[in-house]
Amino acid sequence: MTDSILRVDNICKSFGALKASDSITLDLKPGEIHALIGPNGAGKSTLIKQIAGGLKPDSGKVFFDGRDVSQHSTARRARAGLGRTFQISALAMDFTVLENVVLGAVGQSGSWFRFFRDAMKDTRLLERAYKALDRVELRDLAHVRTSELSHGRRRQLEVAVALTLSPKAFLMDEPMAGMGAEGSQALTGFLEALKTEAPILLVEHDMDAVFALADRISVLVYGKIIATGSVDEIRTNPEVKLAYLGEEDAA
Amino acid sequence: MIRERYLNLLIGALLLIVPLVALQLDEPFIITLATKAAILALAGVGLNLALGQGGLVSFGHAAYFGIGGYAMGILASHAQDYAPLMEAPFLIEGTNLMPVIWLVAIVASALAALLIGALSLRTSGVYFIMVTLAFGQMFYYFTVSWPAYGGEDGLSIYVRNQFPGVNTLDPIQFFGICFVVLMAVLFLVNRLNKSPFGLALNGAHQNEERALTVGINVYRLRLVAFVISGAITGLAGALFADLNRFVSPTMFSWHTSGEIMVFIILGGVARLFGPVAGAAVYILLEHMLGGISEYWQIYLGLILLFVVLFAKGGIVGGLARREVRHDG
Repeated sequence: MTDSILRVDNICKSFGALKASDSITLDLKPGEIHALIGPNGAGKSTLIKQIAGGLKPDSGKVFFDGRDVSQHSTARRARAGLGRTFQISALAMDFTVLENVVLGAVGQSGSWFRFFRDAMKDTRLLERAYKALDRVELRDLAHVRTSELSHGRRRQLEVAVALTLSPKAFLMDEPMAGMGAEGSQALTGFLEALKTEAPILLVEHDMDAVFALADRISVLVYGKIIATGSVDEIRTNPEVKLAYLGEEDAA
Repeated sequence: MIRERYLNLLIGALLLIVPLVALQLDEPFIITLATKAAILALAGVGLNLALGQGGLVSFGHAAYFGIGGYAMGILASHAQDYAPLMEAPFLIEGTNLMPVIWLVAIVASALAALLIGALSLRTSGVYFIMVTLAFGQMFYYFTVSWPAYGGEDGLSIYVRNQFPGVNTLDPIQFFGICFVVLMAVLFLVNRLNKSPFGLALNGAHQNEERALTVGINVYRLRLVAFVISGAITGLAGALFADLNRFVSPTMFSWHTSGEIMVFIILGGVARLFGPVAGAAVYILLEHMLGGISEYWQIYLGLILLFVVLFAKGGIVGGLARREVRHDG
């Protein structure tokens, strides 16, 4: 298992009597998209928070890039190269598009203890920022205020901010949510290309996207991973059908 | 709508021209008012860094204002009594030199802000407001019950402290000192706001999660901002004490914290010259309305209500559009 970039080892988390994470073990290997699916309330968000650092597991460990990061803060895990996008866009809405990616570059370079250089004139920060914007084709909108962006563009910007970190792995929470069919398709193609750079742990509701994109899928139900496998394996797994896909098939 | 930078120039120029005209008309009281406005503006600039840029609603900035004031009061009182502050293990004497007093005021209030910030920044929202208020009140009651430096009655300094090459007793010259200090701090704060530090601080204010997930240690970031903020307000406190040649626990009271906050809300939250416009208008209102009624703050309340409801960006925000920054 040494070749996995991210590994969650036997994580447990309870809220009172509710077991939100029940001995979860999963890993992310270089070059792959590993999708995490499951019905609402299965504990996907809880798991993501524990991986990203906002929430401490009751027991179990998180390994990232060969190191035990279980005790590290969110910021430290980010600096180590864990790029994250959110279900509901987490962006500085009053900032311009460019300022948001420069903020990412500031975090990446650790230069937030510089007090007198103009951040928006710092060529190194700008270079990194524009590179990320180019990747998601947002350069033309660099000087638009983020709050004026459409929903789909915000998702793209979210990915761009994560890119400024030159991440070793991505943690993406429903990147397709609220995007039209066209945007969804474009993003699918983009993620396909992105995974060769850094693997992606993808939480997604859009089943078409998951089946089209994922190399492996893990199914989370009531805090437990009931199956992990390739798209075909998951499609044909009777337990998964019953717990998750069954409802759709029956209809 | 005019560009913010021209509006800032206008506000700065007005603050400079009014006392110069007053000098020609031989109205020293007006000069004193302008000096007071400049000093209170400086206190507001300090708070604005935490509150406006950082989103840290400190309701206890009177603590730093008061510490700055008492730094001046204690040092100057020892100097005028020719009694050293302490003799063992080494001799520390009082001083009536402004630059030294300022330095002590800045360092002392920065240390207090470091301590208070380290504790209160573990909370957020209403709790943060309450914790900072509580710390401010602690200082207030401490100075009230501390007899060594006047207790409740405060401490009078008979002669204004000195600045090399300047006659500080001449109102216009003292105004000049305060104005230059204000402008210098504004220059530095402007640089700070534009720096990676300022960008991170503002970004964390808008979306803390975002700042964390790009690897920024938000707690440490805010603590540094809080310390700088407290230090600036502390410097203002030292100048304010010198203006009045008097310090008292009132400087520590929560009314003072509230007043500093009013300057910012009135002038424009997170706007560089917001506190300057706010403090100037506040002083103007106090002077004009205060002559009509003792209860002039009723009108202030109405004006504040109007600003909060209809002109969210305050005076500066109402007159100038926020500039979108470009690179290059």
